[in-house]
Amino acid sequence: MLSYDIVIVGGGPAGMAAALKARECGIDSILIIERAESLGGILEQCIHTGFGLQYFGEELSGPEYADRFIKQVNEQGIEFKLDTMALEITDDNVVYAVNKQDGLLEIKAKAVILAMGCRERPRGALNIAGTRASGILSAGTAQKYVNIDGYMPGKKVVILGSGDIGLIMARRMTLEGAKVECVCEVMPYSSGLTRNIVQCLDDFGIPLYLSCTVIDIHGKDRVTGVTIANVDENRRPIPGTERYIECDTLLLSVGLIPENELTRAVGIELDPVTSGAIVDEMRETSKEGVFACGNVLHVHDLVDFVTLESQTAGEGAAAYVQGKKTKGDRIATKGVGAVRYIVPQKINLNANDDVKLFFRVGSAFKNATVKVKYNGEEIISRKRPRLAPGEMENVIIKKDMLSSFSKDGVIEISVEV
Amino acid sequence: MIYDVAVIGAGVVGALTARELSRYDLKVALIEKRNDVAMGTTKANSAIVHAGFDAVNGTLKAKLNVRGTALMPQVCSELHVPFKGIGSLVVAFSDEELKTLDVLYERGVKNGVEGLEIISAEKLKELEPNVNPDAKGALLAPSAGIVCPYELTIAAAENAAANGTEFFRNFAVTSIDYDGEAFTVSDGKDRIKASYIVNAAGVNCDEIAALIGDDSLKVIARKGEYMLCDKTVGGLVNHVIFQCPNPMGKGVLVTPTVDGNLLLGPTAKDIEDKENIDTTADSLAYVLEKARKTAPSITTREVITSFAGLRAHLESDDFIIGRSEKNDKFINAAGIESPGLSAAPAIAEMIAGIIASDAGKEPSEGFDPVRPEPVRFRHMTNEERAKLIAENPSYGRIVCRCETITEGEILDAIKSPVGARDVDGVKRRTRAGMGRCQGGFCGSKVVELLAKELGVEINEITKFGGDSKILYDRTK
Amino acid sequence: MTKNITCVTCPMGCSITVELNDGGEITSITGNTCKRGEAYAKNEITHPQRSLATTVRVEGGEHAVVPCKSSSPLPKEKIFDCMKEINAARVNAPVELGDVLIKNVCETGVDIVATNHCY
Repeated sequence: MLSYDIVIVGGGPAGMAAALKARECGIDSILIIERAESLGGILEQCIHTGFGLQYFGEELSGPEYADRFIKQVNEQGIEFKLDTMALEITDDNVVYAVNKQDGLLEIKAKAVILAMGCRERPRGALNIAGTRASGILSAGTAQKYVNIDGYMPGKKVVILGSGDIGLIMARRMTLEGAKVECVCEVMPYSSGLTRNIVQCLDDFGIPLYLSCTVIDIHGKDRVTGVTIANVDENRRPIPGTERYIECDTLLLSVGLIPENELTRAVGIELDPVTSGAIVDEMRETSKEGVFACGNVLHVHDLVDFVTLESQTAGEGAAAYVQGKKTKGDRIATKGVGAVRYIVPQKINLNANDDVKLFFRVGSAFKNATVKVKYNGEEIISRKRPRLAPGEMENVIIKKDMLSSFSKDGVIEISVEV
Repeated sequence: MIYDVAVIGAGVVGALTARELSRYDLKVALIEKRNDVAMGTTKANSAIVHAGFDAVNGTLKAKLNVRGTALMPQVCSELHVPFKGIGSLVVAFSDEELKTLDVLYERGVKNGVEGLEIISAEKLKELEPNVNPDAKGALLAPSAGIVCPYELTIAAAENAAANGTEFFRNFAVTSIDYDGEAFTVSDGKDRIKASYIVNAAGVNCDEIAALIGDDSLKVIARKGEYMLCDKTVGGLVNHVIFQCPNPMGKGVLVTPTVDGNLLLGPTAKDIEDKENIDTTADSLAYVLEKARKTAPSITTREVITSFAGLRAHLESDDFIIGRSEKNDKFINAAGIESPGLSAAPAIAEMIAGIIASDAGKEPSEGFDPVRPEPVRFRHMTNEERAKLIAENPSYGRIVCRCETITEGEILDAIKSPVGARDVDGVKRRTRAGMGRCQGGFCGSKVVELLAKELGVEINEITKFGGDSKILYDRTK
Repeated sequence: MTKNITCVTCPMGCSITVELNDGGEITSITGNTCKRGEAYAKNEITHPQRSLATTVRVEGGEHAVVPCKSSSPLPKEKIFDCMKEINAARVNAPVELGDVLIKNVCETGVDIVATNHCY
């Protein structure tokens, strides 16, 4: 059996940032397990720019952002195993993994950091009627075909869902010569970043139809078209608004789901809204010594925030291994009304630092106020000119404020207009 | 060369018939118009082995259902196909439906179904705590079970091939000539000569029969739509649960699958187009509504995919199995709708019997009924896995994350005697792409492996043959 | 003439209206809530620029293409011309991140550089 202080499952931006931070905190024995053939995770296929504005103050492409961390991992001599899949985490933090060279690996870890990322929601989950023809694929899969393999998955494209990957692929496919007919979004607003709507759709005259969805897919062997329709406020198609659009490809960009198979199997408590683990301010899960960060915890819109969050997890895991973990009473956080979720869900009252609460709203707001209450009493009020479901927000709870709270209290965040 | 028998149609009936024929000293050709076996009715049905109380006494359906169900456990064990004898329940929601249970019970007893029992609402609740508490009672049939129809078909075809059957894919029969001694079957390009023909062409069996001038069959294509739910709700029910039957069929059922998912459906709608397997929003809503009557806690949240299949319904409402009136060496297996899967082993036995005795052939000594068990990494212990990877490292690479399917298993599926040639073929053989992400991650890996093994560019690979290519040209 | 622009300088996404006279000169910019918005709108009208990220075909590498980007923003109207030139280009493996793959693409003075390696 192998033995490490910290085993990190996933070598994408989250896993690498966590590893580097843990090393910085003095942990020598670290192993990253990565299922792909290189470190970097999904960034390797995200060749568009826009990464790193927050963290590096530069506009980088996905591979460039990843490369900065890969270099550091190599410089720091942090061990990693590529082409290796973690199969199971046991109750006593033994990680089972497989690869071609080592076969079955049994790795004892003092702490485990989960950084498996997320996957795309498939068509089945949407229950769109119609054919099972070829030409229906997720935007991320299309991205891999175009950017890594160098093949076109379609020439006349309809995109369902205005998530950022869908928008990015609208531009990417257009640049490579495809005709993107439209992007349909079932909600009355886009979940993508404004910058992407302008530079990926408007620039190329690609229409974005809001409150509109695909209700039928046609074609026997290959997709030949889709029927789209407007939807009412309950997202039900409005009869009489159906339109047929000829296309050979339907790209789906309808949401991301944290990939928590391992997490679930070991019995870690999950948040039904984020579909990720319930964690404290150091990103420790309900299972002692197991941490989670990045998109496996909750889906981020910017990789920069993934990096920051993962550093917190790396620091937390290091402290745990070194026996310096903060132990004490905790309070809970709770999103109210339009605030769909908050991460972390729990905070230690004697936290070592200020605690940043990340949250997402369920609908768009202009000139709203974010209110933070402790046991019903307002403690923070912040004006926000704009709040959108596609953009993660945060507020900071000061360390000294926390220490004045008492256990079993609740911090609530709400939005007032 | 002249084959003894050409079996047209590689669904569950065609494949099992080819296997049965290969027990004898016969040269068999199994002919399929699509890119793979199990691409028609076999691919999309309820995956149920029925006890045999539905069919009217004295019909072929009744006789072959009971016989087929009795043969099924052994066939599955020889072919290493999972069969689970979980039993079935027909649930009654009214006094009138309770009377229907009596009718079904009586019919079942006459058909020779063993172990039937009408149980009380209390007993039902005990057996199935998640079933609608409004249920008034149920008919329990312990001999019913579940099997994966395409797995059974693939295994039967592989075993037939291992015993000498030749498989021809992408061979759509457009003409059949008979010169008084042998048939010549053609797809317009190639020809296959055979002394006997078995017509196992599913919804197209009437068209195939018509090629020899036999116009006695008239198939009505009856579409059934289904929804498949995630494994997290696979344990919602423990039996195959039917509602009381109606004139169009057995109604919407709720059942676990052998792979641990939950299956809901089907609808029943007669359609014109024999290739129309589109799902429709109305039907899916209907399936959900009806399934909720059986198990109220089911929601759309757990649905991971939906699909539709066609059943070959004949006006006579019974199977037609036997020699064609036009040519007694042309054997029809027509109108194979429910309980066709259950009856398939018996249909195969019956047809092979007719041909073997007609041709005066004895069972061949070299026949091996066992199809080797495929590697199933996900079902292995860690010790077994370690040993396996040491022997063959390709089992050490996981390709499908959701279902834990290794590269080795995918290569096996491609290299097997009736191997996968497209992405869906790999999926049906290995489950790669069948999990929650539905091939989002592994789809492109499977495409790469297929291209490498088949020695073609990745843009030659299809989803399910024909024009279902996955990729167009290079970007540059 | 009136042109509507959505500002992408920050997540606010202000809708900016730019009025132009017959000579194409800007007469007013309204709807922005900060100075950066005004500058953005002016740029968008006079010489809009975009970064370009795509791939270049690699011969003899582990992958058929290597990702690349423009070393600085390109004139927006030249994006498709640049794509043509980039798509026609062939580079040989190995490629290192940061390698200049095409110098002075479409006479813009901008280079196309690799954003990943390809061995």
